[in-house]
Amino acid sequence: MSLSEDDVKRIARLARLEIGAGDAPRYAHDLSAILAFVEQMGAVDTAAVTPMAHPLDAVQRLREDAVTEGDARAAFQAVAPRVERGLYLVPRVIE
Amino acid sequence: MHSKTIAELSADLRARRVSSLELTRHFLDRVSRLDPGLNAFVSVTPEQAIAAAGAADRRLAAGDAGPLTGIPIAHKDLFCTRGVKTSCGSRMLDNFIAPYDATVVERLSQAGVVMLGKTNMDEFAMGSSNETSWYGPVCNPWDRARVPGGSSGGSAAAVAARLAPAATGTDTGGSIRQPAALCGLTGLKPTYGRVSRYGMIAFASSLDQSGPIATSAEDAALLLTAMAGFDPRDSTSLEHPVPDYRAQLDETAVAGLTIGLPREYFGDGLDPGVARAVEEAIAVYRRLGANVVEISLPNSALAVPTYYVVAPAECSSNLSRFDGVRFGYRCDEPRNLLDLYERSRGEGFGAEVKRRIMIGTYVLSAGYYDAYYLKAQRLRRLISEDFRRAFAEVDVILGPTAPTTAFPLGAKQDDPLTMYLCDIYTIAVNLAGLPALSLPCGLAGGLPVGLQLIGDYFDDGRLLGLAHAYQRETDWHRRIPPGYE
Amino acid sequence: MEWEAVIGLETHVQLLTKSKIFSGASTAYGAEPNTQACAVDLGLPGVLPVLNREAVRLAVKLGLAIGATIQPRSVFARKNYFYPDLPKGYQISQYELPIVSDGRLEILPEGAAAKTVTIVRAHLEEDAGKSLHEDFHGMSGIDLNRAGTPLLEIVTAPDLRSAAEAVAYLKKLHTLVRYLEVSDGNMQEGSFRCDANVSVRPRGHEKLGTRTELKNLNSFRFVERAIEFEIERQIEVLEGGGTIAQETRLYDPDRHETRSMRSKEEAYDYRYFPDPDLLPVVLDEAFIEAVRGTLPELPDARRERFARDYGLSAYEAEVLTASRELADYYEEAVRASGNAKLSAHFVMGDILGALNKEGREISAAPVGPALLGGLIRRIDDNTISGKLAKQVFESMWAGEGDADAVIAKKGLRQITDSGAIEQAVDQVLAANPQQVEQFRAGKDKVLGFLVGQIMKATQGKANPAQVNELLLKKLKG
Repeated sequence: MSLSEDDVKRIARLARLEIGAGDAPRYAHDLSAILAFVEQMGAVDTAAVTPMAHPLDAVQRLREDAVTEGDARAAFQAVAPRVERGLYLVPRVIE
Repeated sequence: MHSKTIAELSADLRARRVSSLELTRHFLDRVSRLDPGLNAFVSVTPEQAIAAAGAADRRLAAGDAGPLTGIPIAHKDLFCTRGVKTSCGSRMLDNFIAPYDATVVERLSQAGVVMLGKTNMDEFAMGSSNETSWYGPVCNPWDRARVPGGSSGGSAAAVAARLAPAATGTDTGGSIRQPAALCGLTGLKPTYGRVSRYGMIAFASSLDQSGPIATSAEDAALLLTAMAGFDPRDSTSLEHPVPDYRAQLDETAVAGLTIGLPREYFGDGLDPGVARAVEEAIAVYRRLGANVVEISLPNSALAVPTYYVVAPAECSSNLSRFDGVRFGYRCDEPRNLLDLYERSRGEGFGAEVKRRIMIGTYVLSAGYYDAYYLKAQRLRRLISEDFRRAFAEVDVILGPTAPTTAFPLGAKQDDPLTMYLCDIYTIAVNLAGLPALSLPCGLAGGLPVGLQLIGDYFDDGRLLGLAHAYQRETDWHRRIPPGYE
Repeated sequence: MEWEAVIGLETHVQLLTKSKIFSGASTAYGAEPNTQACAVDLGLPGVLPVLNREAVRLAVKLGLAIGATIQPRSVFARKNYFYPDLPKGYQISQYELPIVSDGRLEILPEGAAAKTVTIVRAHLEEDAGKSLHEDFHGMSGIDLNRAGTPLLEIVTAPDLRSAAEAVAYLKKLHTLVRYLEVSDGNMQEGSFRCDANVSVRPRGHEKLGTRTELKNLNSFRFVERAIEFEIERQIEVLEGGGTIAQETRLYDPDRHETRSMRSKEEAYDYRYFPDPDLLPVVLDEAFIEAVRGTLPELPDARRERFARDYGLSAYEAEVLTASRELADYYEEAVRASGNAKLSAHFVMGDILGALNKEGREISAAPVGPALLGGLIRRIDDNTISGKLAKQVFESMWAGEGDADAVIAKKGLRQITDSGAIEQAVDQVLAANPQQVEQFRAGKDKVLGFLVGQIMKATQGKANPAQVNELLLKKLKG
């Protein structure tokens, strides 16, 4: 699969990454090369193989329903870029 | 002092031949003198180190000390450390002071280790040369014009230069084993689920596992004993008893063991110098009574392509939380919400991270999921079944860790694919979730060569025992890079 | 052309747990912003989710109550999108393998036949936080207290054909989740939220029309009005030769209309994939059977039992099982009084009437079931007449004590002493010779007048049966 600059821009938008105008050709080239490389996967027929999402055949453990975490807002918001009255501030969210 | 192993230093501490404070000052001094030439550390934490050393000395005096009490180590800057910058090698987290400790950090602190600082790494652990770090590349102490490997390159360079007796690392596709190999160290990637991932900044959750980078198998065993174990905060952590790995070292009998050599790991692309050193190591194991047979892992060639779908897919989602809202880098004067996201992430992440996020986004997107992501998951099972079949015949698998010794800085930086192939022998292990260890087995052109041992699930102890047996016969692990003795 | 509406509902029910679905932070409502958002809820680097057993138990409980299949293996996936109230950039939800599938709920829409609604699936997921749009220098404030609250999303097949059916289904589901104590169902606090997928097609056609998704339906009334509006809008568009755009529309209760949400500049592409931080949820028979053991009697079964065992009409049984609390109240009153019919009469009449007038819940009724039972017993043992009981009830409601105390204080005890009654009868007969004559001449009607006079003379306290008996004896004697 060869990606165009427009493809790169579309993927970058989906991933919320700003790509400088001058960088798009480079990314299109690199990403196309990587995709071409991974397409070697097609060499093996896997139709009958069950996908493996996880290395171990383990199952989810369940936690007891107990409140174990208290208020640590001050500590967490000490590393926040912008807060006011306990809220994280972002440019206006338009509905 | 710095040429000793942890096991030796531990004995010295208990015998009061040296105090933790002296030891800590000695290593801090080496860091301040020698690290400017290596760039192995992102942060050095002398105040905390001195305080921890003092506390360790009190425990030693009170007779309340374990084997790691008072031993200085460094943490890869991917582990959250309370009150200390945790950057993950990225501009994105250059201002991030973690509000909590990773479980690994917490466990090692409880065991009494003294943290000297945080080590440099490829940005978000994505790289095999430590050149993608926001803080600049790390140099290999064996040849400062060469890379230390990655992504745990800072940890490996620091231990190789004896700026710390050991360090923690993380391994998603070879990030402990490959730098250990390129720097002449012993590094273990444990069985997936053996060590808690809580507080380890995730790259690819189903592949990531942390482990020790040390100068000997014995030291790695001491560290793993403290690091491993069930953690209720990590759903993928396993409730499996943790043995005393050091006590087990001598129980591993090499005689009678069957070692498998995958023919796919000895083919084209393997540097002849590396091949020679590995052959010599095989001869040592034969001499110790091992039975060596050739095996096949037929899907080996597909491990790298499979990995470069699975790992980017997971990373594209794991790294979505870095959005400039609650922590980390935020762009100046965002014009609107979209601008906040795109510029914070565009400016905060480097090129390799962006490439992988975009590949991951693409392979998960509508219309491509089946052809890429699901296909890779199916291949992942085939790769993992190759190992299952192999372990029905052999006790352990042996081969080179990396196809070459350390390469020059900048040599592969402009071509992502060439870089990806550095992990050709290490990646399959992560896809399967198996334990694997790299240990030094010689020099080629004056540069260390790594030998990889791969074990079946939970055979971490056996790998350490086999490495220990080899290290009793040889002294490659005792070699210190010229200029750092 | 005659049109038929096709409606499917997606309901988000907040599960009644103490802590969040993947973290140990509290789910209590109304805390200061971000004080109940822990590191996991905030998606700080390196943190990991661990699943809450109670959330799983409650999902299974609902699944069993709707006769659904409980999947022995379900999987959490990540739904990826960027939004400030979604801290990790993905929502953990179940996608291909939900925990509950293929259930059903029988509804009785007003004035229509009973109908079975298929519930395609119910899956566990985490809630997002909230954006506050009040003015922070032109910015929005984000509160993540709600992030990570456990939700069960319950999805119906497109089985519903009118707004009334949709409301009947939602009310039924609402009653059920509260009966099961799976959710508090509080709609004001967002514990029970609904989205509706609406389309129309020419009646008799198989093929579904293009649907729109209606959001912001946070009361039963809004659901009804929004769906009605949307059906009419779609018909109007189609009859005018237009086409329906597949889109999300927001209901505006003030203007009573639905309007298109600003169309996104890109189509959503959620890139679902299995969450590698969580393992498959595997439930064995023992777990499921243990949950089954905790199921209360379900509303439908209880309604049938009420009708059968207490001799109630279908209507009475329906009213008295509308909520678990009301049904519990009724049954306790029956136990206390020993009279099912009279208990039903009082609960449906006096109690619900008074509660309704005062806008109170049954749990806040000043006359509890034991007190009500005491009153009914006094009717049954002839201490008071049914007529006076009303007066006693009002005093009890006003907090003047139990039935015996009110009766004693107000001197309302029924006169059963035949001597006293005879005296009153004699007085009335002596005072009304004309009426006595008329009765003896065959005019039975005056009997009522005479009873009335006797009751008046005894201030209503004479036992009416005894009064009748004595009066007849005297007149005929």
